[in-house]
Amino acid sequence: MASSETREKGSEDLAGLEAGLDALETPATTPERPPVGRILVSKVLPPVVAIVLVLAIWQGAYWADVKRDDALPSPLDVGDEFAEMWRQGTLFEYIWTSVSRGVLGFVIAVAVGTPLGLIVARVKVVRAAIGPVLTGLQSLPSIAWVPAAIIWFGLTNSTIYAVVLLGAVPSIANGIVSGVDQIPPLYLRAGRMLGASGLTSVRHVLLPAALPGYLAGLKQGWAFSWRSLMAAELIVQSPSLGTGLGQLMDGYRAMQNMSGVLATIILILVVGVAIDLLFFSPLERRVLRGRGLLARTT
Amino acid sequence: MATALHKPKGQGGEGGDDAPVAVHLDHVSKSFGRPGKQQLVLDDITLDVAPGEFVTLLGASGCGKSTLLNLTAGLDAASAGTITVPGGRPALMFQDHALFPWLTAGKNIELALRLRGVPQGERRAEAERLLTLVRLSGAHGKRVHELSGGMRQRVALARALAQDSQLLLMDEPFAALDAITRDVLHEELTRIWRETGVSILFVTHNVREAVRLAQRVVLLSSRPGRVVHEWRVDIEQPRRIEDTAVSALSVEITERLREEIRRHGQQ
Ligand SMILES: Nc1ncnc2c1ncn2[C@@H]1O[C@H](COP(=O)(O)OP(=O)(O)OP(=O)(O)O)[C@@H](O)[C@H]1O
Ligand SMILES: [Mg+2]
Repeated sequence: MASSETREKGSEDLAGLEAGLDALETPATTPERPPVGRILVSKVLPPVVAIVLVLAIWQGAYWADVKRDDALPSPLDVGDEFAEMWRQGTLFEYIWTSVSRGVLGFVIAVAVGTPLGLIVARVKVVRAAIGPVLTGLQSLPSIAWVPAAIIWFGLTNSTIYAVVLLGAVPSIANGIVSGVDQIPPLYLRAGRMLGASGLTSVRHVLLPAALPGYLAGLKQGWAFSWRSLMAAELIVQSPSLGTGLGQLMDGYRAMQNMSGVLATIILILVVGVAIDLLFFSPLERRVLRGRGLLARTT
Repeated sequence: MATALHKPKGQGGEGGDDAPVAVHLDHVSKSFGRPGKQQLVLDDITLDVAPGEFVTLLGASGCGKSTLLNLTAGLDAASAGTITVPGGRPALMFQDHALFPWLTAGKNIELALRLRGVPQGERRAEAERLLTLVRLSGAHGKRVHELSGGMRQRVALARALAQDSQLLLMDEPFAALDAITRDVLHEELTRIWRETGVSILFVTHNVREAVRLAQRVVLLSSRPGRVVHEWRVDIEQPRRIEDTAVSALSVEITERLREEIRRHGQQ
């Protein structure tokens, strides 16, 4: 009796000691979100300054008459071109045509590239057979596929999607391969000890562990999709296809409208950056922060 | 001939003689490397752990302690001999906590429950119970990186217990912790061992830790690893690492360990 009483007392002491240790070892306050003003100064100001600088240099080159005015229009001329597209109400139609193609192509590329990458990563024979090819394909400019795709599919959407897929699938597959390669073996062993095997192990251990590398691959896959799409749209033209940004740009080229060409380049750039900034970057940051791999920066 | 038998529960174990065992290692050897240029790491290890027993395996760094646990856990195959674990797949606690950083502390435990086949509706409550057992009742939603080293090892212990194995293998789980935290965790582990009745095979290179925790200390030699000697520890729990009885036995074991190490210098 006496001994059980002392043990209970000892156990309470221990609980208190442990609570004290835990309290000492965990940070007292969670870092707060920096104030909006600081975010503006540290995150928004630098790119704005950079853009203003580029515009200033451009305007300077225009004034200095580096090229004839029709070959090098001023930023304002290009701005007028935007205003014109806006008035015609066609701006968003062009963007939407391209973005919807790009997103659909990207989604198909993810659906194809993910299982492909998993198989390459996990099956030795397959890796030996097509691993190097995948890496090689990644460095092949996707515009090189356009002639072949036109011969196969003619001037159709299939051609455009084929080029996008050939551009994006290798980089997505390679992303998941390197994601899987970077998994610490300890996680796989821990999963095995808990009883995960086969598909259960893929679902509960392999995929989540590979997620950071996979996301980097997806991000790059999107860049490749968008790039390949523009290459395809520049060349594959047909009235039945609808006008995307690439076709728009080629139209301006045919009319020798340099302002239009520049305006379209800016649009392509802005869309590519926007999708990265609005979708991939937040996703990546969330995943990394959840695992403690990213400190909150100020 | 090199087999690890993980029999399902309830079948009982026949490990040579009829006394029930939690794990039985029978003349187990393990070498690494290609044929012709092999390195013998474990040599003819025979070892039993009785149900509910707490055994520590003591050895110098690199003597093959982790290898022995991996064989017992079924993560690797023995080169010779048999390993019988009558209670089914054992739980293994790694030196690094090996918690999954993409899950919260609670979800790590729930994953173990799920893989064990616990129905979804019961997992949350069971995870809470296990967290309470390791005195972390508030930590269910915490991310792994938000926990201190000691808390991580306690979550890892809870996750290992979630497997509901009758045998718990522990590979230097407290080696990276500071002395105060380790001391507390020794007490916790002793309490949890008594409450759950689980059999524990605990690996360490710390002599005092071995004596502090175990009912039996098994000393392993280095290169190759052999069972050199074993001691029964009849000191009554609760013990303290600084108890005189613990110290006295530790001195004796350390002497023997040094002798073993000296032997290598003479060869
Ligand atoms: N997969 C392997 N391939 C080749 N040699 C190995 C392998 N695993 C372990 N070894 C060797 O076996 C020996 C024992 O290793 P082990 O990790 O079991 O030692 P340990 O007693 O756990 O050491 P520590 O106290 O440092 O954790 C070492 O010499 C090591 O180099
Ligand atoms: Mg080890």
